[in-house]
Amino acid sequence: METPFVRFEEVHKSFGAKKVLQGITFDIRRGETMVVLGGSGSGKSVLLRHIIGLHRPERGRVLVEGEDIVPYDEEELVPVRKKIGMLFQGGALFDSMDVADNVGYGLREHTTLSHEEIREAVRKKLALVELSGVEHLMPSELSGGMRKRVALARSIAMEPRGILYDEPTTGLDPVTAATINDLIRSMQERLQVTSVVVTHDINSALYVGDRIAFLFEGRMLFVGTVDEAKQSPEPALRQFLSGRVHRGA
Amino acid sequence: MTGGATRALEQVGAFSILIARSARETVRRRPEGSVVLDQLYQLGVLSVGIATVTAMFTGMVLALQTSYSLAVYGAKFFVGDIVALSLVRELGPVLTSLMVGGRVGAGITAEIGTMNVTEQIDAIRAMAASPVRKLVVPKVIAIVIMLPVLVVLSDFVGILGGLLMAVTTLNQPAAFYMQHVIKAIHPEDILSGLGKTVVFALLIGFIACYKGLTATGGADGVGRATTETVVASSLSILISDFFLTKLFLAF
Repeated sequence: METPFVRFEEVHKSFGAKKVLQGITFDIRRGETMVVLGGSGSGKSVLLRHIIGLHRPERGRVLVEGEDIVPYDEEELVPVRKKIGMLFQGGALFDSMDVADNVGYGLREHTTLSHEEIREAVRKKLALVELSGVEHLMPSELSGGMRKRVALARSIAMEPRGILYDEPTTGLDPVTAATINDLIRSMQERLQVTSVVVTHDINSALYVGDRIAFLFEGRMLFVGTVDEAKQSPEPALRQFLSGRVHRGA
Repeated sequence: MTGGATRALEQVGAFSILIARSARETVRRRPEGSVVLDQLYQLGVLSVGIATVTAMFTGMVLALQTSYSLAVYGAKFFVGDIVALSLVRELGPVLTSLMVGGRVGAGITAEIGTMNVTEQIDAIRAMAASPVRKLVVPKVIAIVIMLPVLVVLSDFVGILGGLLMAVTTLNQPAAFYMQHVIKAIHPEDILSGLGKTVVFALLIGFIACYKGLTATGGADGVGRATTETVVASSLSILISDFFLTKLFLAF
Protein backbone atom coordinates (compact mmCIF):
# COMPACT_ATOMS: atom_id res chain seq x y z
CA MET A 1 0.00 0.00 0.00
CA GLU A 2 1.19 3.50 -0.83
CA THR A 3 2.80 5.47 2.03
CA PRO A 4 0.32 8.08 3.23
CA PHE A 5 1.32 11.75 2.88
CA VAL A 6 0.85 12.23 6.61
CA ARG A 7 0.23 9.64 9.29
CA PHE A 8 -0.68 10.40 12.91
CA GLU A 9 0.00 7.55 15.35
CA GLU A 10 -1.39 7.82 18.89
CA VAL A 11 -0.60 11.53 19.11
CA HIS A 12 -1.08 13.15 22.53
CA LYS A 13 -0.65 16.86 23.17
CA SER A 14 -1.41 18.97 26.25
CA PHE A 15 -0.95 22.60 27.16
CA GLY A 16 -0.42 22.69 30.91
CA ALA A 17 -3.23 20.65 32.43
CA LYS A 18 -5.41 20.90 29.32
CA LYS A 19 -5.32 17.76 27.20
CA VAL A 20 -5.86 18.95 23.64
CA LEU A 21 -5.15 15.82 21.62
CA GLN A 22 -5.79 12.44 23.20
CA GLY A 23 -4.43 9.63 21.07
CA ILE A 24 -5.06 10.75 17.50
CA THR A 25 -4.48 8.11 14.82
CA PHE A 26 -5.34 8.66 11.15
CA ASP A 27 -3.84 8.91 7.66
CA ILE A 28 -3.94 11.66 5.07
CA ARG A 29 -3.52 10.08 1.66
CA ARG A 30 -1.40 11.49 -1.11
CA GLY A 31 -3.31 13.84 -3.41
CA GLU A 32 -6.54 14.00 -1.41
CA THR A 33 -8.22 16.90 0.31
CA MET A 34 -8.75 15.91 3.91
CA VAL A 35 -11.02 18.12 5.95
CA VAL A 36 -10.54 18.09 9.70
CA LEU A 37 -13.88 19.15 11.08
CA GLY A 38 -14.53 20.11 14.67
CA GLY A 39 -15.93 22.78 16.96
CA SER A 40 -13.98 25.63 18.48
CA GLY A 41 -11.40 24.37 20.94
CA SER A 42 -11.59 20.81 19.65
CA GLY A 43 -7.84 20.85 18.94
CA LYS A 44 -8.01 20.86 15.15
CA SER A 45 -5.61 23.78 14.59
CA VAL A 46 -3.17 22.21 17.04
CA LEU A 47 -3.43 18.97 15.07
CA LEU A 48 -2.66 20.78 11.82
CA ARG A 49 0.37 22.52 13.26
CA HIS A 50 1.91 19.15 14.18
CA ILE A 51 2.31 18.32 10.48
CA ILE A 52 5.12 20.86 10.00
CA GLY A 53 6.53 20.64 13.51
CA LEU A 54 5.12 23.94 14.85
CA HIS A 55 3.95 21.84 17.78
CA ARG A 56 5.58 18.71 19.14
CA PRO A 57 3.49 15.94 20.71
CA GLU A 58 4.26 14.51 24.15
CA ARG A 59 3.59 11.04 22.86
CA GLY A 60 3.03 9.41 19.51
CA ARG A 61 4.47 9.81 16.04
CA VAL A 62 3.78 12.16 13.14
CA LEU A 63 5.04 10.71 9.86
CA VAL A 64 5.37 12.93 6.80
CA GLU A 65 5.93 10.81 3.69
CA GLY A 66 7.11 8.01 5.97
CA GLU A 67 9.55 10.07 8.09
CA ASP A 68 8.84 10.53 11.78
CA ILE A 69 9.33 14.28 12.27
CA VAL A 70 8.71 14.35 16.03
CA PRO A 71 12.39 14.11 17.06
CA TYR A 72 13.48 16.68 14.43
CA ASP A 73 14.92 20.02 15.52
CA GLU A 74 14.21 23.29 13.65
CA GLU A 75 17.12 22.65 11.29
CA GLU A 76 16.02 19.11 10.41
CA LEU A 77 12.46 20.36 9.83
CA VAL A 78 13.59 22.67 6.99
CA PRO A 79 13.07 20.11 4.17
CA VAL A 80 9.67 19.11 5.63
CA ARG A 81 8.53 22.73 5.80
CA LYS A 82 9.78 23.45 2.29
CA LYS A 83 7.53 20.79 0.82
CA ILE A 84 4.40 21.81 2.76
CA GLY A 85 2.85 25.29 2.60
CA MET A 86 0.56 26.63 5.30
CA LEU A 87 -2.22 29.20 5.15
CA PHE A 88 -2.71 30.69 8.61
CA GLN A 89 -6.09 31.67 9.99
CA GLY A 90 -5.54 35.44 9.88
CA GLY A 91 -3.23 35.18 6.88
CA ALA A 92 -0.19 36.01 9.07
CA LEU A 93 1.19 38.30 6.37
CA PHE A 94 4.28 40.24 7.41
CA ASP A 95 3.02 43.77 8.20
CA SER A 96 6.36 45.36 7.45
CA MET A 97 6.54 44.01 3.87
CA ASP A 98 4.47 44.66 0.78
CA VAL A 99 2.55 41.91 -1.02
CA ALA A 100 5.41 41.11 -3.41
CA ASP A 101 7.93 40.67 -0.58
CA ASN A 102 5.46 38.55 1.38
CA VAL A 103 4.78 36.18 -1.52
CA GLY A 104 8.46 36.03 -2.53
CA TYR A 105 9.70 35.45 1.04
CA GLY A 106 10.34 31.71 0.73
CA LEU A 107 11.96 32.09 -2.68
CA ARG A 108 14.36 34.74 -1.41
CA GLU A 109 15.15 32.60 1.61
CA HIS A 110 15.70 29.25 -0.08
CA THR A 111 16.54 29.81 -3.75
CA THR A 112 19.19 31.68 -5.73
CA LEU A 113 16.65 33.17 -8.14
CA SER A 114 17.35 36.71 -9.33
CA HIS A 115 15.20 39.67 -8.34
CA GLU A 116 13.44 39.58 -11.73
CA GLU A 117 12.80 35.84 -11.59
CA ILE A 118 11.28 36.18 -8.13
CA ARG A 119 9.13 39.08 -9.32
CA GLU A 120 7.85 36.95 -12.20
CA ALA A 121 7.19 33.97 -9.90
CA VAL A 122 5.28 36.26 -7.52
CA ARG A 123 3.15 37.58 -10.39
CA LYS A 124 2.30 34.02 -11.48
CA LYS A 125 1.36 32.90 -7.98
CA LEU A 126 -0.82 35.97 -7.50
CA ALA A 127 -2.51 35.21 -10.83
CA LEU A 128 -3.26 31.69 -9.55
CA VAL A 129 -5.22 33.22 -6.68
CA GLU A 130 -6.86 35.64 -9.12
CA LEU A 131 -5.05 38.78 -8.03
CA SER A 132 -3.05 41.19 -10.15
CA GLY A 133 -1.50 44.62 -9.70
CA VAL A 134 -1.45 44.33 -5.89
CA GLU A 135 2.29 43.71 -5.57
CA HIS A 136 3.07 47.06 -4.00
CA LEU A 137 0.20 47.20 -1.55
CA MET A 138 0.90 46.74 2.16
CA PRO A 139 -1.10 44.06 4.07
CA SER A 140 -2.95 46.80 5.98
CA GLU A 141 -4.39 48.03 2.67
CA LEU A 142 -5.96 44.65 1.81
CA SER A 143 -9.47 43.39 2.59
CA GLY A 144 -9.94 40.16 4.58
CA GLY A 145 -10.51 38.06 1.47
CA MET A 146 -7.51 39.58 -0.33
CA ARG A 147 -5.29 38.92 2.67
CA LYS A 148 -6.27 35.25 2.60
CA ARG A 149 -5.57 35.07 -1.11
CA VAL A 150 -2.17 36.75 -0.79
CA ALA A 151 -1.38 34.40 2.09
CA LEU A 152 -2.42 31.48 -0.12
CA ALA A 153 -0.15 32.76 -2.91
CA ARG A 154 2.68 32.93 -0.37
CA SER A 155 2.06 29.37 0.82
CA ILE A 156 2.20 27.98 -2.75
CA ALA A 157 5.20 30.08 -3.80
CA MET A 158 7.67 27.29 -3.10
CA GLU A 159 5.54 24.82 -5.11
CA PRO A 160 4.81 22.58 -2.15
CA ARG A 161 3.48 19.03 -2.36
CA GLY A 162 1.02 19.73 0.43
CA ILE A 163 -0.99 22.73 1.59
CA LEU A 164 -2.37 23.18 5.11
CA TYR A 165 -5.35 25.48 5.52
CA ASP A 166 -6.15 26.74 9.03
CA GLU A 167 -9.78 27.94 9.08
CA PRO A 168 -9.59 29.35 5.54
CA THR A 169 -13.14 30.78 5.51
CA THR A 170 -13.42 32.02 9.10
CA GLY A 171 -14.27 35.71 9.35
CA LEU A 172 -15.16 36.07 5.67
CA ASP A 173 -18.54 36.96 4.20
CA PRO A 174 -20.36 34.07 2.44
CA VAL A 175 -19.45 35.21 -1.07
CA THR A 176 -15.75 35.65 -0.28
CA ALA A 177 -15.80 32.35 1.61
CA ALA A 178 -17.20 30.64 -1.49
CA THR A 179 -14.39 32.16 -3.58
CA ILE A 180 -11.81 30.80 -1.16
CA ASN A 181 -13.46 27.37 -1.31
CA ASP A 182 -13.25 27.49 -5.11
CA LEU A 183 -9.59 28.41 -4.85
CA ILE A 184 -8.90 25.46 -2.55
CA ARG A 185 -10.45 23.15 -5.13
CA SER A 186 -8.66 24.78 -8.02
CA MET A 187 -5.29 24.49 -6.21
CA GLN A 188 -6.06 20.82 -5.80
CA GLU A 189 -6.82 20.32 -9.48
CA ARG A 190 -4.10 22.53 -10.93
CA LEU A 191 -1.21 21.78 -8.57
CA GLN A 192 -2.06 18.13 -7.71
CA VAL A 193 -1.26 18.73 -4.06
CA THR A 194 -2.39 17.04 -0.88
CA SER A 195 -4.54 19.44 1.09
CA VAL A 196 -5.50 19.44 4.73
CA VAL A 197 -8.29 21.85 5.60
CA VAL A 198 -9.15 22.56 9.22
CA THR A 199 -12.56 24.14 9.59
CA HIS A 200 -15.79 24.31 11.53
CA ASP A 201 -17.61 25.52 8.41
CA ILE A 202 -19.73 22.54 7.33
CA ASN A 203 -20.57 23.93 3.87
CA SER A 204 -16.91 24.47 3.17
CA ALA A 205 -16.07 20.97 4.46
CA LEU A 206 -18.65 19.25 2.28
CA TYR A 207 -17.66 21.30 -0.78
CA VAL A 208 -13.86 20.99 -0.73
CA GLY A 209 -13.35 17.68 1.07
CA ASP A 210 -12.65 14.24 -0.41
CA ARG A 211 -12.64 12.81 3.09
CA ILE A 212 -13.61 14.16 6.48
CA ALA A 213 -12.00 13.57 9.86
CA PHE A 214 -14.18 14.62 12.78
CA LEU A 215 -12.37 15.77 15.89
CA PHE A 216 -14.32 16.02 19.10
CA GLU A 217 -12.82 16.91 22.48
CA GLY A 218 -9.35 15.83 21.40
CA ARG A 219 -10.40 12.48 19.95
CA MET A 220 -10.94 11.43 16.35
CA LEU A 221 -14.52 10.14 16.26
CA PHE A 222 -14.83 9.58 12.53
CA VAL A 223 -12.69 9.35 9.40
CA GLY A 224 -14.29 8.67 6.04
CA THR A 225 -15.58 10.06 2.76
CA VAL A 226 -18.01 12.94 2.63
CA ASP A 227 -20.86 10.52 1.77
CA GLU A 228 -19.94 8.21 4.62
CA ALA A 229 -19.89 11.23 6.95
CA LYS A 230 -23.44 12.12 5.93
CA GLN A 231 -24.54 8.52 6.67
CA SER A 232 -22.53 8.14 9.87
CA PRO A 233 -24.45 7.02 12.96
CA GLU A 234 -21.89 8.77 15.21
CA PRO A 235 -24.15 11.05 17.30
CA ALA A 236 -21.67 13.91 17.83
CA LEU A 237 -20.94 14.08 14.09
CA ARG A 238 -24.64 13.90 13.17
CA GLN A 239 -25.37 16.73 15.52
CA PHE A 240 -22.44 18.77 14.25
CA LEU A 241 -23.50 18.29 10.62
CA SER A 242 -27.09 19.21 11.40
CA GLY A 243 -25.90 22.27 13.33
CA ARG A 244 -27.53 21.29 16.61
CA VAL A 245 -25.89 21.60 20.01
CA HIS A 246 -24.29 18.43 21.31
CA ARG A 247 -25.13 17.65 24.88
CA GLY A 248 -22.04 17.79 27.06
CA ALA A 249 -20.16 19.85 24.50
CA MET B 1 6.31 28.45 45.72
CA THR B 2 7.62 25.35 43.94
CA GLY B 3 5.52 26.24 40.91
CA GLY B 4 6.96 29.75 40.86
CA ALA B 5 10.51 28.44 41.20
CA THR B 6 9.95 25.95 38.39
CA ARG B 7 8.56 28.68 36.12
CA ALA B 8 11.51 30.96 36.93
CA LEU B 9 13.95 28.15 36.13
CA GLU B 10 12.09 27.42 32.88
CA GLN B 11 12.37 31.08 31.90
CA VAL B 12 16.09 31.17 32.66
CA GLY B 13 16.49 28.02 30.57
CA ALA B 14 14.50 29.39 27.62
CA PHE B 15 16.37 32.71 27.83
CA SER B 16 19.71 30.90 27.76
CA ILE B 17 18.60 28.80 24.80
CA LEU B 18 17.67 31.99 22.92
CA ILE B 19 21.16 33.40 23.55
CA ALA B 20 22.84 30.16 22.48
CA ARG B 21 20.71 29.93 19.32
CA SER B 22 21.46 33.53 18.42
CA ALA B 23 25.18 32.90 18.82
CA ARG B 24 24.93 29.78 16.65
CA GLU B 25 22.87 31.53 13.95
CA THR B 26 25.31 34.45 13.84
CA VAL B 27 28.24 32.12 13.25
CA ARG B 28 26.46 29.67 10.95
CA ARG B 29 25.08 32.11 8.39
CA ARG B 30 26.17 35.68 7.83
CA PRO B 31 23.53 38.07 9.19
CA GLU B 32 21.63 39.93 6.48
CA GLY B 33 23.50 43.21 5.92
CA SER B 34 20.51 45.24 4.74
CA VAL B 35 18.38 44.22 7.73
CA VAL B 36 21.19 45.02 10.18
CA LEU B 37 21.68 48.40 8.48
CA ASP B 38 17.98 49.18 8.82
CA GLN B 39 18.09 48.24 12.50
CA LEU B 40 21.20 50.40 13.06
CA TYR B 41 19.09 53.30 11.85
CA GLN B 42 15.87 52.34 13.67
CA LEU B 43 17.45 51.48 17.02
CA GLY B 44 20.53 53.71 16.93
CA VAL B 45 20.17 56.82 14.80
CA LEU B 46 16.59 57.43 15.90
CA SER B 47 17.74 57.28 19.55
CA VAL B 48 20.22 60.16 19.13
CA GLY B 49 17.65 62.74 20.24
CA ILE B 50 16.68 61.05 23.49
CA ALA B 51 20.33 60.28 24.32
CA THR B 52 21.43 63.87 23.63
CA VAL B 53 18.73 65.50 25.74
CA THR B 54 19.36 63.10 28.63
CA ALA B 55 23.10 63.73 28.55
CA MET B 56 22.87 67.50 28.16
CA PHE B 57 20.65 67.95 31.21
CA THR B 58 22.55 65.38 33.26
CA GLY B 59 25.78 67.27 32.59
CA MET B 60 24.20 70.60 33.50
CA VAL B 61 22.65 69.33 36.74
CA LEU B 62 25.84 67.55 37.68
CA ALA B 63 27.83 70.78 37.28
CA LEU B 64 25.36 72.74 39.38
CA GLN B 65 25.11 70.14 42.14
CA THR B 66 28.83 69.49 42.44
CA SER B 67 29.74 73.18 42.45
CA TYR B 68 27.16 73.71 45.19
CA SER B 69 28.49 70.82 47.29
CA LEU B 70 32.15 71.53 46.60
CA ALA B 71 31.83 75.24 47.37
CA VAL B 72 31.59 74.29 51.05
CA TYR B 73 35.10 72.83 50.81
CA GLY B 74 36.35 75.62 48.58
CA ALA B 75 36.95 73.11 45.81
CA LYS B 76 34.52 74.17 43.12
CA PHE B 77 37.36 74.42 40.59
CA PHE B 78 37.16 70.64 40.37
CA VAL B 79 33.72 70.70 38.77
CA GLY B 80 35.22 69.70 35.41
CA ASP B 81 36.96 66.66 36.93
CA ILE B 82 33.88 65.41 38.69
CA VAL B 83 31.46 66.00 35.83
CA ALA B 84 33.78 64.25 33.37
CA LEU B 85 34.59 61.25 35.54
CA SER B 86 31.03 60.66 36.71
CA LEU B 87 29.73 60.89 33.18
CA VAL B 88 32.33 58.75 31.46
CA ARG B 89 32.57 56.03 34.10
CA GLU B 90 29.00 55.83 35.31
CA LEU B 91 26.22 58.18 34.33
CA GLY B 92 26.85 58.20 30.58
CA PRO B 93 26.64 54.42 30.19
CA VAL B 94 23.88 53.84 32.75
CA LEU B 95 21.52 56.71 31.96
CA THR B 96 21.90 56.34 28.20
CA SER B 97 21.30 52.59 28.47
CA LEU B 98 18.24 53.13 30.67
CA MET B 99 16.71 55.71 28.33
CA VAL B 100 17.62 54.05 25.05
CA GLY B 101 16.83 50.65 26.56
CA GLY B 102 13.34 51.84 27.42
CA ARG B 103 12.73 53.18 23.94
CA VAL B 104 14.37 50.39 21.98
CA GLY B 105 13.40 47.51 24.28
CA ALA B 106 9.74 48.47 24.32
CA GLY B 107 9.75 48.86 20.55
CA ILE B 108 11.34 45.46 19.95
CA THR B 109 9.01 43.61 22.33
CA ALA B 110 5.93 45.32 20.87
CA GLU B 111 7.01 44.46 17.31
CA ILE B 112 8.04 40.83 17.91
CA GLY B 113 5.17 40.29 20.36
CA THR B 114 2.60 41.50 17.84
CA MET B 115 4.17 39.27 15.19
CA ASN B 116 3.94 36.39 17.64
CA VAL B 117 0.26 36.80 18.55
CA THR B 118 -0.71 37.27 14.88
CA GLU B 119 1.12 34.04 13.93
CA GLN B 120 3.74 35.89 11.86
CA ILE B 121 6.53 34.20 13.85
CA ASP B 122 4.95 30.83 13.10
CA ALA B 123 4.68 31.87 9.45
CA ILE B 124 8.45 32.48 9.38
CA ARG B 125 9.00 29.01 10.88
CA ALA B 126 6.45 27.45 8.52
CA MET B 127 8.43 28.85 5.59
CA ALA B 128 11.50 27.02 6.92
CA ALA B 129 13.21 30.24 8.04
CA SER B 130 14.50 31.02 11.51
CA PRO B 131 12.86 33.81 13.54
CA VAL B 132 16.06 34.01 15.58
CA ARG B 133 18.15 34.69 12.48
CA LYS B 134 15.60 36.96 10.83
CA LEU B 135 14.61 39.03 13.88
CA VAL B 136 16.72 38.52 16.98
CA VAL B 137 20.24 38.51 15.51
CA PRO B 138 19.98 41.76 13.48
CA LYS B 139 18.42 43.62 16.41
CA VAL B 140 20.97 42.45 18.98
CA ILE B 141 23.88 43.21 16.63
CA ALA B 142 22.46 46.68 15.95
CA ILE B 143 22.12 47.52 19.65
CA VAL B 144 25.56 46.18 20.53
CA ILE B 145 27.05 48.44 17.83
CA MET B 146 24.93 51.54 18.42
CA LEU B 147 24.64 51.74 22.21
CA PRO B 148 28.40 52.33 22.75
CA VAL B 149 28.30 54.94 19.96
CA LEU B 150 25.41 56.68 21.72
CA VAL B 151 27.25 56.50 25.04
CA VAL B 152 30.33 58.21 23.56
CA LEU B 153 28.03 60.89 22.15
CA SER B 154 26.34 61.26 25.54
CA ASP B 155 29.70 61.62 27.29
CA PHE B 156 30.57 64.48 24.94
CA VAL B 157 27.22 66.21 25.20
CA GLY B 158 27.13 65.79 28.99
CA ILE B 159 30.57 67.36 29.35
CA LEU B 160 29.39 70.20 27.10
CA GLY B 161 26.33 70.65 29.33
CA GLY B 162 28.67 70.92 32.31
CA LEU B 163 30.78 73.43 30.39
CA LEU B 164 27.71 75.53 29.70
CA MET B 165 26.93 75.75 33.41
CA ALA B 166 30.58 76.26 34.39
CA VAL B 167 30.84 79.24 32.06
CA THR B 168 27.43 80.82 32.57
CA THR B 169 26.73 80.34 36.27
CA LEU B 170 30.05 79.45 37.90
CA ASN B 171 32.03 82.02 35.90
CA GLN B 172 34.78 79.56 35.04
CA PRO B 173 36.68 80.13 31.81
CA ALA B 174 35.87 77.42 29.23
CA ALA B 175 39.54 76.55 28.78
CA PHE B 176 39.98 76.06 32.53
CA TYR B 177 36.99 73.67 32.72
CA MET B 178 38.16 71.72 29.68
CA GLN B 179 41.71 71.42 31.03
CA HIS B 180 40.33 69.79 34.15
CA VAL B 181 38.14 67.50 32.07
CA ILE B 182 41.00 66.34 29.89
CA LYS B 183 43.36 65.85 32.82
CA ALA B 184 40.78 63.85 34.78
CA ILE B 185 39.82 61.30 32.16
CA HIS B 186 42.09 58.35 31.40
CA PRO B 187 41.58 55.84 28.60
CA GLU B 188 40.66 53.11 31.09
CA ASP B 189 37.75 55.26 32.34
CA ILE B 190 36.30 55.40 28.84
CA LEU B 191 36.97 51.71 28.24
CA SER B 192 35.31 50.59 31.47
CA GLY B 193 32.25 52.70 30.55
CA LEU B 194 32.09 51.18 27.10
CA GLY B 195 32.70 47.67 28.43
CA LYS B 196 29.65 48.01 30.66
CA THR B 197 27.64 49.39 27.77
CA VAL B 198 28.22 46.30 25.64
CA VAL B 199 26.86 44.12 28.47
CA PHE B 200 23.85 46.46 28.88
CA ALA B 201 23.21 46.30 25.12
CA LEU B 202 23.19 42.50 25.17
CA LEU B 203 20.81 42.51 28.15
CA ILE B 204 18.40 44.97 26.50
CA GLY B 205 18.45 43.13 23.17
CA PHE B 206 17.94 39.62 24.49
CA ILE B 207 15.38 40.56 27.15
CA ALA B 208 13.30 42.52 24.62
CA CYS B 209 13.42 39.76 21.99
CA TYR B 210 12.69 37.03 24.56
CA LYS B 211 9.69 38.88 25.95
CA GLY B 212 8.39 39.44 22.42
CA LEU B 213 8.84 35.82 21.37
CA THR B 214 7.04 34.57 24.49
CA ALA B 215 4.17 37.11 24.44
CA THR B 216 0.76 35.45 24.35
CA GLY B 217 -2.86 36.51 24.47
CA GLY B 218 -3.41 39.34 22.00
CA ALA B 219 -2.96 43.08 22.56
CA ASP B 220 -3.22 42.67 26.32
CA GLY B 221 -0.39 40.14 26.36
CA VAL B 222 1.81 42.30 24.12
CA GLY B 223 1.21 45.30 26.41
CA ARG B 224 2.16 43.25 29.45
CA ALA B 225 5.28 41.88 27.75
CA THR B 226 6.34 45.39 26.76
CA THR B 227 6.02 46.65 30.33
CA GLU B 228 7.94 43.63 31.60
CA THR B 229 10.74 44.36 29.14
CA VAL B 230 11.18 47.93 30.35
CA VAL B 231 11.17 46.85 34.00
CA ALA B 232 13.43 43.82 33.50
CA SER B 233 15.95 45.58 31.28
CA SER B 234 16.14 48.64 33.58
CA LEU B 235 16.64 46.49 36.68
CA SER B 236 19.17 44.27 34.99
CA ILE B 237 21.14 47.34 33.86
CA LEU B 238 21.23 48.77 37.39
CA ILE B 239 22.06 45.46 39.07
CA SER B 240 24.70 44.37 36.56
CA ASP B 241 26.23 47.86 36.75
CA PHE B 242 27.12 47.26 40.38
CA PHE B 243 28.88 43.98 39.65
CA LEU B 244 30.57 45.30 36.52
CA THR B 245 31.83 48.34 38.45
CA LYS B 246 33.30 46.04 41.10
CA LEU B 247 34.85 43.90 38.36
CA PHE B 248 36.40 46.84 36.51
CA LEU B 249 37.70 48.41 39.73
CA ALA B 250 39.52 45.16 40.48
CA PHE B 251 41.71 45.66 37.40
